[in-house]
Amino acid sequence: MSTPLHGRPRALRLAAIGFGLTALAAGFAYAAGWIGAERLTPKRIIDTFEAQAGHYPGYRKNHAKGLCVSGYFQSSGAAAKLSTARVFSQARVPVIGRFAIGGANPHSPDASVPTRSLALQLRSDDGQQWRTGMNTPPVLAVGTPEAFYQQVLAMTPDPASGKPDPARLQAFFAAHPESAAFRQWAKDYKASDSFASSSYNSINAFALIDAAGKARYVRWSLLPQTPFAALPAQVDDNDYLQHDLRQRLNQGPLRWTLQLTLAAAGDAVDDPSQPWPAQRPTVNAGTLVIDQVDAAEQGACRDLNFDPLILPSGIQPSADPILAARSAAYSESFNRRSREAAQLGARR
Amino acid sequence: MKPVAFHPLARVLHWLMALLILAMLFVGVSMVSDLSPRHTWLISLHKAIGLALLLLVIVRIGVRLSLPHPPLPDDLPPLQRWAAKASHLLLYGLMLAMPLLGWGMQSAGGYPLPLQLPALVPHDLQLYALLRQAHGWLAYVLFASVLVHLGAALVHGLVRRDAVLRSMWPGPLPKD
Repeated sequence: MSTPLHGRPRALRLAAIGFGLTALAAGFAYAAGWIGAERLTPKRIIDTFEAQAGHYPGYRKNHAKGLCVSGYFQSSGAAAKLSTARVFSQARVPVIGRFAIGGANPHSPDASVPTRSLALQLRSDDGQQWRTGMNTPPVLAVGTPEAFYQQVLAMTPDPASGKPDPARLQAFFAAHPESAAFRQWAKDYKASDSFASSSYNSINAFALIDAAGKARYVRWSLLPQTPFAALPAQVDDNDYLQHDLRQRLNQGPLRWTLQLTLAAAGDAVDDPSQPWPAQRPTVNAGTLVIDQVDAAEQGACRDLNFDPLILPSGIQPSADPILAARSAAYSESFNRRSREAAQLGARR
Repeated sequence: MKPVAFHPLARVLHWLMALLILAMLFVGVSMVSDLSPRHTWLISLHKAIGLALLLLVIVRIGVRLSLPHPPLPDDLPPLQRWAAKASHLLLYGLMLAMPLLGWGMQSAGGYPLPLQLPALVPHDLQLYALLRQAHGWLAYVLFASVLVHLGAALVHGLVRRDAVLRSMWPGPLPKD
């Protein structure tokens, strides 16, 4: 057995140990993003939403205003040859959903926001879940999280008018020619008078995996079976869409067709700003039936994170960087509002 | 008669878990600040290693309780003796708590669980907030404990030059 060190050798070895531990701690701090170049993080995106729209404790940090619905999905069986996911073969899959309008302000008038969304959770009888968040636009303006963040900044409301500065927006779109398809959609878009007559799109592409293991890229859409009627020019009810939905569901269930659009070789499967040509083959996977609506801020959807990467086996994510960023940002929003809910709950 | 070194099984478990825990801490802390496609992959990895670590720590607690282990050096001052015992209890507690908190928070958050594991606790947003924050803060405590543990082991091996580091040596025991 050696004897303990003293004096200078002891000091040197202690210093070396201290240096080693500091290096390890610095590596940890770097991995956490506490030191080093500033990165775009989920936290920064959600901070920016809150900085622009205001802080609304307990609410989702985007698409804050919405309501919970439920129903079921009736599979047509036609997609079962494309994907082994049980939802495509099970006759009736229970669904929890949430209709919302875009934006981080939970008090926005329903008619003031062009973007609407429908988020769904389908739970099949093999115990698996499929969660998807769909929006009215079929494409995004940009294809990367960094460009998306720049877009959010460019849309910062002017304190005087409460609206984005048109010159700044124009400059952003000029710098991002990939936004052409989105701008065309925005120009042609006619808002419908109801959540029931709106179409909702997956935006991102996903891979369907069939029984032989073959992958096919798809985007999906929910196409309304309720006929289109234009939103009236003047809407005084702040909760117009919510009241409309309640009224319609009092009269009977609402239906959408789940349409899968198959990509061809060369289509952009990892860039949500790029539309696919209109002649791509489609498959009608089944019918979404919504028959129940809950009270505002209540219901089974409220405490769910509609993370678009919660997928059953048979559906896989594409390499789309926006898809991964959505998942990360939704998680940050969910964590933040859960903390707020705990604080609000404790104060009650 | 107390052994001079830990049982080979205890040493294998120690070093395997040491590597996995360090990897977990780095994966965990980087994935929550990352929004690239790597985020998705890191989360799957984090869940898989977490589950493996839960199984390993259960085996390890059994090994610790059933096999004899070497005593601390006789000349260790009482305060250091106490610190050694307390820090090991803390490490064992955290090794058990972290995967259970991860499993519990996923349950409370209403997330689907890997391998269709049952939910540990009911779906409850406020409970999720508590467990999610505990998982995050205790990860920092665990990293700090690992640093202290590593520092102490190196002081034993390189400065005090007693039998402590050698008793957990990853390979065949070095001769005197």
